Amino acid sequence: MRKLLLAAIIIIIAIVYIGRLSYLQLIDSSNKNPLEDTAIKAVYDYPERGYIYDRNGDLLVSNQPAYDIMVIPKDVKPLDTLEFCNLLNITKEDFIKKYNKARVYSPRLPSVFVPQLSKSEYATLQEKMRKYEGFYIQKRSLRHYQTSSGANVLGYISEVNEYELKSNPYYQAGELIGRNGVEKVYEETLRGRKGVKFIQKDRFNRDLGPYKDGLYDTLPVQGKDITITIDKTLQAYGEQLMINKRGGIVAIEPKTGEILAMISAPSYDPALLVGRERSKNYSRLYLDSIANPLYDRSILAEYPPGSPFKILNGLIGLEEGVIDEHTTIRCYHGYRYGRNRFMACHCVSGTLNELQSATYRSCNAYFADAYKKIIEKYPTPEEGLQAWTNHAKSFGLGNYLGNDLSTGRAGRVPDSLTYNRAYPDFQWRAETTISNGIGQGEILTTPIQLANMTAAIANRGYYYTPHIIKNIEGTPIDEKFTTPNQTTISKRHFDDVVLGMWDVYKRGTARFVQVDSINIAGKTGTAENFTKIDGKRQQLTDHSIFIAFAPVENPKIALAVFVENGYWGSRYAAPIASLMVEKYLRGKITRTDLEKRMLEGSLADEYAKPLSGEPFEINQ
Amino acid sequence: MRNRVIQQIDWLSILLYFALVFIGWLNIYSTTMTDENPTIFNFDQPYGRQLIFIGLSVLLIIFVLAIETKFYARFSSVIYLISLASLLGLFVFGKNINGATSWYNFGSFGLQPSEFAKAATALALAKFLSDIQTNINDFKDQLRAFLIIILPPLFIIPQPDPGSALVYTSFFFVLYREGLPSYYLLVGLTAVILFVSTLLFGAIWVIAGLLILATIFVLYRKRKKIRIPVFKMLVMTTTAILFCLSVRYVFENVFEQRHRDRFNLWLRLEHDPSKLNEIRKTIGYNTYQSESAIGSGGLTGKGFLEGTRTKGNFVPEQHTDYIFSTVGEEWGFLGSAGVIILFSLLILRILFLAERQRSQFSRIYGYSVASILLFHFAINIGMVIGLLPTIGIPLPFFSYGGSGLWGFTILLFIFIRLDANRRDDWM
Ligand SMILES: [Zn+2]
Repeated sequence: MRKLLLAAIIIIIAIVYIGRLSYLQLIDSSNKNPLEDTAIKAVYDYPERGYIYDRNGDLLVSNQPAYDIMVIPKDVKPLDTLEFCNLLNITKEDFIKKYNKARVYSPRLPSVFVPQLSKSEYATLQEKMRKYEGFYIQKRSLRHYQTSSGANVLGYISEVNEYELKSNPYYQAGELIGRNGVEKVYEETLRGRKGVKFIQKDRFNRDLGPYKDGLYDTLPVQGKDITITIDKTLQAYGEQLMINKRGGIVAIEPKTGEILAMISAPSYDPALLVGRERSKNYSRLYLDSIANPLYDRSILAEYPPGSPFKILNGLIGLEEGVIDEHTTIRCYHGYRYGRNRFMACHCVSGTLNELQSATYRSCNAYFADAYKKIIEKYPTPEEGLQAWTNHAKSFGLGNYLGNDLSTGRAGRVPDSLTYNRAYPDFQWRAETTISNGIGQGEILTTPIQLANMTAAIANRGYYYTPHIIKNIEGTPIDEKFTTPNQTTISKRHFDDVVLGMWDVYKRGTARFVQVDSINIAGKTGTAENFTKIDGKRQQLTDHSIFIAFAPVENPKIALAVFVENGYWGSRYAAPIASLMVEKYLRGKITRTDLEKRMLEGSLADEYAKPLSGEPFEINQ
Repeated sequence: MRNRVIQQIDWLSILLYFALVFIGWLNIYSTTMTDENPTIFNFDQPYGRQLIFIGLSVLLIIFVLAIETKFYARFSSVIYLISLASLLGLFVFGKNINGATSWYNFGSFGLQPSEFAKAATALALAKFLSDIQTNINDFKDQLRAFLIIILPPLFIIPQPDPGSALVYTSFFFVLYREGLPSYYLLVGLTAVILFVSTLLFGAIWVIAGLLILATIFVLYRKRKKIRIPVFKMLVMTTTAILFCLSVRYVFENVFEQRHRDRFNLWLRLEHDPSKLNEIRKTIGYNTYQSESAIGSGGLTGKGFLEGTRTKGNFVPEQHTDYIFSTVGEEWGFLGSAGVIILFSLLILRILFLAERQRSQFSRIYGYSVASILLFHFAINIGMVIGLLPTIGIPLPFFSYGGSGLWGFTILLFIFIRLDANRRDDWM
């Protein structure tokens, strides 16, 4: 027994120690990650972010250097505070406040002491800063905007948030990431890849040289410049026309699906989200919940399309064979359906309409009837509606377009499910859904969807998925943007509809916006809309809508214009659309009176109505 | 004579010794090597100096093996006295390094007499216990044995070098092996348990526990109708209770703050986060860094010369007391467990050899060697892997330092010499 005690102790100790080692080295993983190794510091080398050019090669976004004064509190030696404050143009209280803030954040890690010096401030300070230990100047690269428009298209960059840090291992705290628009969608292209150098540190955080002779180091990969499809001039012009109005405009080149302009009003100068004032400006924009400038109406706002949708109904009717170009309907100033329900229109009572004239007169009777015929062609309204829905969806409505924009909405094209849900006893018929025939009711479209539909009409039956990327330093763009999407409507059915749309411009509702020797095909629209005031449904002044493409004989631009509460289509939307067409095709405006009226036109009063708290009139 | 030594020498121990010394040097090299000085023969650097120490150790080994066995027994008292004198001499001629006067200075080399005193004490104790007239069960002889053991640490404590002094407690295993009554060990063990548990749970609970245990004991005896040693029990219980009650006082007033901190850290007694942080930054820093370094090694380690924390000097005193953390980081679990097994094998081997000695002197000496090595090994690695409080003693054969290496080499090889002669010597 006495002989064995020591031997037993040795063996027990060996077992316990090996057990402890297996815990430390095999089970406990807190020390395993080499990137978290306190002995290795990763130093990153950030490549310059790629530039953004417009379709004509005009520079939209470049970079500018910014200089931050940084502080590492534990390295700060006693200094002449007064002299230092004078140098930086801050007060002594500022100095104490900033210094304490930095120290609370971390005594060992650098914090920004004075952000974003100007170039001249930097030049004078550069030499003098060496005197003050613990302070240094750090160069950063910020976006530099060469345009004051297109903020919604371009997006912006800002520091990564907690969620992004967790979900994407590429990013480190404090790095920048693209938000919204092109900056977000083409983040990886623009950003490039940062390089990294691993440095061996000792426990006093001094460099001992590269870790493993730089075996794991990588070189930065340059960010690529990109060219987008936007026309800088057209974008700026559209935004100007939309000043003091709300709404969205999208212009597309029908032959390619390239987005020429994407206007959301109200807009803001993208430069607001750069630099010293960034967060202040951002909160101001963000908190403006009424005008909501950060909300991109061109791709997010879902409006009832109104009359432009009648064109689609005409096309579906032709394709389904329930009408042809000679089918006539006599209109008695409107359309009567159900029990004493009536949709008024502007036709003189007794007008005999065929498809082309019904289009330029925007006859409710004609298109409601065509819609009814489509639905009733099939044994059940469900099947009829399904056929109708399929046609509508083939124009990119009621679903995401699959474009390369940072965000979007599906809009809504009702199908039988929608009504089965609303009418649980399945007691719905064509009449129940008749407002679909004139673009009211359940249908919702975003401006980009309606512009795309217009492009499909301009192309007579197909469209290219709208996209914003034109070129990435010579790399071809995604194939899905160069492959046409066929609609369900045969090419031959488009002629009469296009003629009808041309008539809208020649002698219909848009005849007042004619441009000398440019043939435009268009369709005005007016959409009822409602809001809730104190829980009560309240109708507001109608939205003003216009779709158009031009020139009719060789379409180069197709666009959809929504002006919120702009009343009838030819009041705001049609003139704005015609001005944009003229600007794009001609490069200058001849109708200066019309231009002046649009630039100065303000709907501020209209927007103030529902906020006034008092009863108000609409559609004045 | 020479041939017989070589024939009968225990090559396994020698192999284990050289394996440990070699691995130890590799780790010192890795710890202290800098990229500017990669050559191993750089005698300004610890790894180069350690190479000299190892070379001198080989000379020492030849010297130790060449001496007749009888010399060690005969001159043990003289060696012991010289050793005591060298410890005392420190108070006059010692050189103060890092606040401890543990060194004699000879030019660029220093000698630390406490590293040699262990072997001397082992010899003296072996000599005394193997004397036919000594009876370990006799109280007077017990006192004499204690005196031999206690004198060197008495001189070492004020240097101050409490770690080296603590090593002498390992001799109690030797006494126990040689027949010291069990209750010494029991009392010692009980005192340690009571001390630690009182710190952990408070005196009240420990005393309550003691009383419950005593009651159970009495009830058990009553039931089995065995006589109850009332007086003995009363004395024991009272002593234990008084001991418990004094623990707090001793802890707060006799211990210094830095000692208290070690216990607070080890037993996780401190709960105030700011104070805990303070302890972590100061005394717990080494432990934390060495645990992190070891943990980062994983299963196979980062490889020789590839330890990032070792290279970055994150673990203070890494080439001396914390050398095992280099093993952990660069050689991983396999390497560090291997070193533990090598040490265990060496100590077990020595125990085995000690038990086969015919001479009582050799056996006691061998037992002392095993106990001392075990104590160093257990305390040092226990500290480095965070199981024991911080006590600064070197890891035998591994830690940088000439005196340490030579002290352990002499300690071990005197025994190997004695063992090689076991057939011839009847003492
Ligand atoms: Zn009509």
